[in-house]
Amino acid sequence: MLDDLKDAPALKRVEESLRRRFGAALLAASFEKGELQFEAARETLSGVLEFLKTGLGFESLTDMIGLDLVASRPEGAGRFAVLYQLYKFPEALRVRLRVAVDDGEALPSVTPLFRAADWMEREVFDMFGIRFEGHPGLTRIYLPDEFEGFPLRKDFPLEGRERGL
Amino acid sequence: MAFKTIDLNMGPQHPSTHGVLRLRLAVDNELVLRVEPVLGYLHRGMEKLWESQTYVQAVPLTDRLDYLASLSNNLAYILAVEKLMGLEVPKRAQYIRVILAELQRLASHLAWLGFMANDIGAMSVLLYGFEAREGVLDVFEAYSGGRLTVHGMRIGGVPFDLDERVIGLVRRALDEIPRKVADIEGLLSQNRIWLHRTEGIGVLSAADAVAYGVTGPALRASGVAWDIRRDVPYSSYGDFDFAVPVFGHGDVYDRYLVRVEEIRQSLRIAGQALENLPPGDFRARVPRVLKIPPGEIFHSIEAPKGELGFYIRSDGSDKPERVKMRSPSFLNLQALELMCKENLFSDVVGILGSLDVVLGEVDK
Repeated sequence: MLDDLKDAPALKRVEESLRRRFGAALLAASFEKGELQFEAARETLSGVLEFLKTGLGFESLTDMIGLDLVASRPEGAGRFAVLYQLYKFPEALRVRLRVAVDDGEALPSVTPLFRAADWMEREVFDMFGIRFEGHPGLTRIYLPDEFEGFPLRKDFPLEGRERGL
Repeated sequence: MAFKTIDLNMGPQHPSTHGVLRLRLAVDNELVLRVEPVLGYLHRGMEKLWESQTYVQAVPLTDRLDYLASLSNNLAYILAVEKLMGLEVPKRAQYIRVILAELQRLASHLAWLGFMANDIGAMSVLLYGFEAREGVLDVFEAYSGGRLTVHGMRIGGVPFDLDERVIGLVRRALDEIPRKVADIEGLLSQNRIWLHRTEGIGVLSAADAVAYGVTGPALRASGVAWDIRRDVPYSSYGDFDFAVPVFGHGDVYDRYLVRVEEIRQSLRIAGQALENLPPGDFRARVPRVLKIPPGEIFHSIEAPKGELGFYIRSDGSDKPERVKMRSPSFLNLQALELMCKENLFSDVVGILGSLDVVLGEVDK
């Protein structure tokens, strides 16, 4: 519940700054189990991340998480989501930014902002097939280049395919 | 006679790549121009497999991630699950977890010391390092039966209480390790060849370390005082008195100094936890079939290699909808290219060794 934010004043200030700056472009915000999460549209993703980094001091991109929501998404929502887990060092603050992306759509690469995003984006691409525009070399990171399909999609069979790779 | 830039291939079967890492290098005579790690030789599809296991069944999977620090992986995943459930763990279990996790850090750092020195050519240190680590493995064997893949934690607590025999082995390990580490330091810290191969080699600045997402001893060797045990305490780490060693040169030598100092701090933490072990249960009551209400969380700990985090998303069933592991070795390895550039080819092995990557958690 977002009301519980009053017990976390530092995170509350982050939420207010983002609201003031982006207004309705921030699609949603939630605060659960001590974790603050925002949702942004694809078009505003880079702007929000840049503001979080340079304006609010969230210098570290801790992790990037791909999700395939094919089974649990509401009607009309994007099939995939990518979560950006950010960290602000001295105060130990975390926020998570979520962006929805549908099959066949691409996200802007955040490698110019966060150097660490290079391999993270390659991993999301490798596992989910989500493309990142502007990435310096978007190739598979774990699987061979000739591999077909994206293993962490829910429709990829767990025990492999008859024709092997 | 002029030499051209040549491309070199190192690994995946190469003794110093610690597993199955392949590096594609471009060198100009002895100078390194580019390093490109090629991953995936140990990719087992852990995250896919995870979605087919119940929360409880998945605990042994974590043993196979960073296989030199299986208890740390156990702890990171279990804390994430407990946070998702909102489960409170008894104090005694938290202390036992701290003892086990710090012993695991000792084992990991001691193994690293041996490997690292061996990579650089000081082969006898490998034997000293492994001999010192043996005392820790004896504790694990007496506690859970496993030495490498220990599987020594459970959702809700730990599988067993510490009995007299295990406590005796912990005491013996804590007593013996300082002397053994002092021996290793005597062999290395002032050794002329060691200094020559490590000082000023593979320098990583604080700003670059943060930008690349480097964590753990490598980050602290670059001068960033960041340790999750101290800064975002979990599992009662706030109860203990310990220092976070930080050095500022960001070279291979400082990464060595950080880890040696961390060995001493781990001994202190484990000693305090053992002396102040609270009475009570070692395990909370957890339902046999564990179904977790829908939700998502991210939780991370300070593992021996750096920040080890788990994102878990539950759909209300007994299996997670998605588990994503934030592995420290994966991101630390990404900074390798930056650290090797403009260094000598012969130092690539030393720089890679100083990062302490384990391919089990790089490739998942």
